[in-house]
Amino acid sequence: MPSTTTKSKYWSGMRDSAPFLLIVGPFSVLFGVLATEAGLNIFEVMSFSLVVIAGAAQFTALQLMQDEAPTFIILMSALAVNLRVAMYSAALTPYLGQSALWQRVCVSYLLVDQNYALSHTKFEAEPTLTTSQRLAYYFGTCSLIVTTWLLGSYIGAALGFIFPQNLPLDLALPIAFLSMIAPMMRTLPHLIAATVAIMISIFAAGMPYSFGLILAGLAGMITGAQTEVWLQRRLKCKKL
Amino acid sequence: MNIDKDSLWIIILTLGIGSFLLRFSFLGLVGDRQFPPRLLRHLRYTAVAIIPALVAPIVVYPNGSGSLEPIRLITALVTIGVGIWTKNMIIAIIAGVTTLFTMLYVII
Repeated sequence: MPSTTTKSKYWSGMRDSAPFLLIVGPFSVLFGVLATEAGLNIFEVMSFSLVVIAGAAQFTALQLMQDEAPTFIILMSALAVNLRVAMYSAALTPYLGQSALWQRVCVSYLLVDQNYALSHTKFEAEPTLTTSQRLAYYFGTCSLIVTTWLLGSYIGAALGFIFPQNLPLDLALPIAFLSMIAPMMRTLPHLIAATVAIMISIFAAGMPYSFGLILAGLAGMITGAQTEVWLQRRLKCKKL
Repeated sequence: MNIDKDSLWIIILTLGIGSFLLRFSFLGLVGDRQFPPRLLRHLRYTAVAIIPALVAPIVVYPNGSGSLEPIRLITALVTIGVGIWTKNMIIAIIAGVTTLFTMLYVII
């Protein structure tokens, strides 16, 4: 019995991740194309995607390498862009922290925006899930996303030359990220958190080494959490 | 384009190790200890704060391509507007891409 429900969680994770392939697919092909144009060969492109598995950080590193930035700056910026995965790690820990160490190592290696978003939503909505069901769901969401990421990188690197040269590829990233985030704006605190983060990131964009991004993210999180507390307090006052 | 291959491999490997450590940080070290509700409340807003903050400067300050600015802004606004309205990622992508190509090839 438990093994069948665990298996079904794996499949439901896989199913839920399917719409994300429409993003991950083009995104990974885009990485392959741009990396090849920058002078990386297929082996280098594939190693990059396999070792790092982080779209935004890989694009950041690629951009800065082309700008001939110092290695240290490239690493700092790409890791800063990727700092949010530490927050995802923290957010998933209450749900997956009880699993075995090797399982947590696998969870960590595969952790990206999409499987985090899907799993966190699922775990919050169904608090009765066991740790093994949660793991099964999580790995279900990973399987298609990560294989698509690698396959897409390969396709982009191998066939990049057939794409038209004048496509506005740099807008693919904002469209992908914005469409991912918009459906998460379920409540007023979410909207306010995003608005504050956007304003600060625009004003702090000149800060060196992507610090503006970290500052904006933290400010958005604090504002969201404070708004939530404030709304709850107001609701309580009304009831009394 | 000239990318130095030695520093490329240093970047790939360091970025790989660094990204893994970021991902493993809490899952690996905190394990099954309980989290204070205050921290959890903040973590609920991670994604909706960081991702818009990552995108906003790309939309507002394009590197070098001055003429594309209104197109970027409109594309971004349509994508996020449709996304919030329909709560559907795929419809938001289609709306964004359609807006982009309409402006690029039909209007201009």
